[in-house]
Amino acid sequence: MGGDIENKEVQRPAPDINQDTAFFWEGAKEGKILIQKCSSCGRLRHPPRPACPYCHSFEWETQESSGRGTLYSYTVHHHPPLPGFDLPVVVALVELEEGTRLVANLLDVEPDRIEIGSAVTATFIDGPNDLRLPAFRVD
Amino acid sequence: VTVGGHTAIVGIGATEFSKESGRSELRLAVEAISSALADAGLVPGDVSGFATMGIDTNEEVEIAKSLGTDDLRFFAQTPYGGGSGCGVVMLAQMAVACGQADVVVCYRAMNERSGVRFGQARTRPFNVRYGWSSPFGLLTAAAKGALLARRYMYDFGATSEDFGRVTVVERAYAATNPSAWFYEKPITLEDHQASRMIADPLRLLDCCQESDGAVAIVVTSLDRARDLKQPVVEIRAAAQAASWDQEVVTAYYRDTISDQPEMVLLAEQLFRKADIDRGDVDVANFYDHFTPLVLMQLEGFGYCGPGEAKDFVREGGLAIGGALPLNTNGGQLGEGYIHGFNGIAEAVRQVRGTAVNQVPGAAVALVTSGSSVPTSGMILAKA
Repeated sequence: MGGDIENKEVQRPAPDINQDTAFFWEGAKEGKILIQKCSSCGRLRHPPRPACPYCHSFEWETQESSGRGTLYSYTVHHHPPLPGFDLPVVVALVELEEGTRLVANLLDVEPDRIEIGSAVTATFIDGPNDLRLPAFRVD
Repeated sequence: VTVGGHTAIVGIGATEFSKESGRSELRLAVEAISSALADAGLVPGDVSGFATMGIDTNEEVEIAKSLGTDDLRFFAQTPYGGGSGCGVVMLAQMAVACGQADVVVCYRAMNERSGVRFGQARTRPFNVRYGWSSPFGLLTAAAKGALLARRYMYDFGATSEDFGRVTVVERAYAATNPSAWFYEKPITLEDHQASRMIADPLRLLDCCQESDGAVAIVVTSLDRARDLKQPVVEIRAAAQAASWDQEVVTAYYRDTISDQPEMVLLAEQLFRKADIDRGDVDVANFYDHFTPLVLMQLEGFGYCGPGEAKDFVREGGLAIGGALPLNTNGGQLGEGYIHGFNGIAEAVRQVRGTAVNQVPGAAVALVTSGSSVPTSGMILAKA
């Protein structure tokens, strides 16, 4: 579990990246979780998209997350086998304290002791194609 | 302009539901369509349109080449996998109601167990949205649905047993349906609890089957339907629905995720178009890829309040004689997984009065396509 989720022989699936999403993956390489922020109305949004669904502005900037959040939901994947992963793997849905949620792995935790609502803090792990991926540990 | 009330389903056909058909997907499609046309009392030359799900590999013109259908005037597909089934019939309904085609055949054919298995981790064409799930190990529909199910349990106190009761009911229906893969194989709640964990909290018996097979549905005008072979089954309403911040199973970013706003939108449209109340529905076929999503659909359609579907099921609500007999063919958990098309066929049989697990006097049937995805649904009624 935890730090052993990387199977080094086959890399896990890489994200497809385009002009709308590159900032997130570049930020992760620098150890930052960047959240897209509307420059017009100031609302945060994730996953990234070209325009603000609230005020329809195309202007946006980013806000760096504190990396602190709570566990909103999770699954422990047992079957079928996944390329690039040793199973079981814990996939978490984390609600960042800024208010947006994101999917990431939960590290170093016993699957039967995971509790929704737990405080979690971000870290980063090696991903495919020299990317870094956000991950979380329970505080 | 409304198209409701002008069209009917006049023919249904299917192949056997198996784990290895031994035939091409195209052949399965043509077999099911031939059977559906014979059921309707029509011939291939009567057909002027074909419609299917965008995920189907069988092109409309390839079907027409085998059937010998010429002068094709309508061909169309709906997106979003399991959510698109009833949308296909909606397209056919619109084509007929608008006068573009007289007879449209809807079909879904796949070797989904012996060929490309949807339950396995799959690679996809370029699509940035998978970047928020695939690199972290969310590579199967079950794992994606599991995140919704786990939060649903947390919000409402539902348990794995509550999920299992859905499977037990459906497998009981399948056990008396000779067309079901799990014919004569009912299960107990203990069997469900002993089945292996797939993506916690989803066990094997919370997940639909993987199947080979095909189903076809023939749509034409209500007027023409009255001259054909079968009791008339009117399409009283058909609709598609996607809601705020909609994703394909991964709508994790809304204020709440243990409800299904797309199903609320679908229900509102269907009941309004059909001009009925939910209590007028005699039998339903809900898309059942994963059991917790059946509970969420019961709540989305208003058959019970948020979090109360577990009690609705425990009190026998899904049985014949219950408040909403559900998936009387055994559903995709019990009969077969033909992307919801077999559920449409079962709704037609119920309204005709020819289902193996017939709800006595059934006159109105509700059908849904995939839940937690951009979806679609229908209300069928005795004309």
